[in-house]
Amino acid sequence: MANALDVVRKNQEGLLNEWLNGIKTNLRRRDLIDERELKSQSAEVLSALASAPAGTSLEDFKSSGWQPLKELLASLSASRAVQGFTPSETALFVLSLKSPLFKLIREQKGNSADQLYAEIVAVDDFVDKLALHTTDSYIHGRDQVISRQQEEMLELSTPVVTLWDGIVALPLIGTLDSARTQVVMESLLQAIVQTNSRFAIIDITGVPTVDTLVAQHLLKTITAARLMGAECIISGIRPQIAQTIVHLGINLQDVITKAKLADAFKLALERSGRTVTRVAKTGGPTPSTAREQ
Amino acid sequence: MERIPILRMGNFLLVTIQVDMHDKLALTLQDDLTAKIADVGAKGVLIDISSLEIVDSFIGRTLANIASMAKVLDAETVVVGMQPAVAITLVELGMSLPGIRTALNVESGMNYLQDTVVAYESSEGYDGDSDQN
Repeated sequence: MANALDVVRKNQEGLLNEWLNGIKTNLRRRDLIDERELKSQSAEVLSALASAPAGTSLEDFKSSGWQPLKELLASLSASRAVQGFTPSETALFVLSLKSPLFKLIREQKGNSADQLYAEIVAVDDFVDKLALHTTDSYIHGRDQVISRQQEEMLELSTPVVTLWDGIVALPLIGTLDSARTQVVMESLLQAIVQTNSRFAIIDITGVPTVDTLVAQHLLKTITAARLMGAECIISGIRPQIAQTIVHLGINLQDVITKAKLADAFKLALERSGRTVTRVAKTGGPTPSTAREQ
Repeated sequence: MERIPILRMGNFLLVTIQVDMHDKLALTLQDDLTAKIADVGAKGVLIDISSLEIVDSFIGRTLANIASMAKVLDAETVVVGMQPAVAITLVELGMSLPGIRTALNVESGMNYLQDTVVAYESSEGYDGDSDQN
């Protein structure tokens, strides 16, 4: 249906103005995009539409002639996703091209109802596909953002900190799943080797729920650390979690558990032959210090 | 035939596994080590596996067996320097080796052996220069 395309080519300027007016009255988001940018984006879309090579038809959406237009819309929707447009606003940007196009076609072919109907069906179908493509790219862009954030969280959320010479701690925050436990286990064991630590404290204050799976993961980590010659202490068990553990029948008999990280640290210090004492008061308040025996 | 050397240090035996363990080597080590423990009356065995990078369930089981056999022969076994990957593999295989003592490195393993055996040593009056080898 090259006729409709010809019409677009001839009336690009008028079409652009009609389209922009439509966008302005219906769905313009003044807070997110300024008029100049909107105009240049719309003009780009129209010129990409108009510059489709000869022989490319509106019915054949998969044709390579539409590739530049698709790519343009994909990058446009990606940038709109970043700017904070909703998917429907992004799709409506494309869909609002319909009414000026229909108007234009009617002006050109208004005399024959059959022809007009055929043109409108073709254009309608084409614009719908463009809008769907835009939405798809929008969602794809969002998915990429989400998966990147997930990876970053995985990296960020497993820091192993050295509390003292030979004592490391692993504060866990967030839900533990298999993938994360693997990362947690590896980074903890690696840290044990690197720092030559005999004690590892796993603090689960930040773990919202402990189910059988999480407990199993924890026990695996503890067993692996034991195999390497380090002792694990679990700390930060909240009352509810203690109740859950008992109700689920999880056996933590062979594991040292403490309510607070401080208790676990104290135990680790004691086991490595150190004590925590308060320095005798000489005037002002003095902090307690750990002393080697 | 390839063998893993067993060094004697006082009444302790030192085994350092520097090559890839295969099944036959593991069985040979088991034979040699039990014979040596009985021979010299060793009170402690230290197995350094810090260079071991690949384990399977058989090697894991052999290590557990060696520890149990040494226990029967009245010697304490410490496995030292297990690599993280090896530890993870053993755990995933379901082998937590509950009967084996572990330590981070040779030094802490040796300290442990000395601590546990020292009482025994004084009661036996062992002077460390037995040469029945």
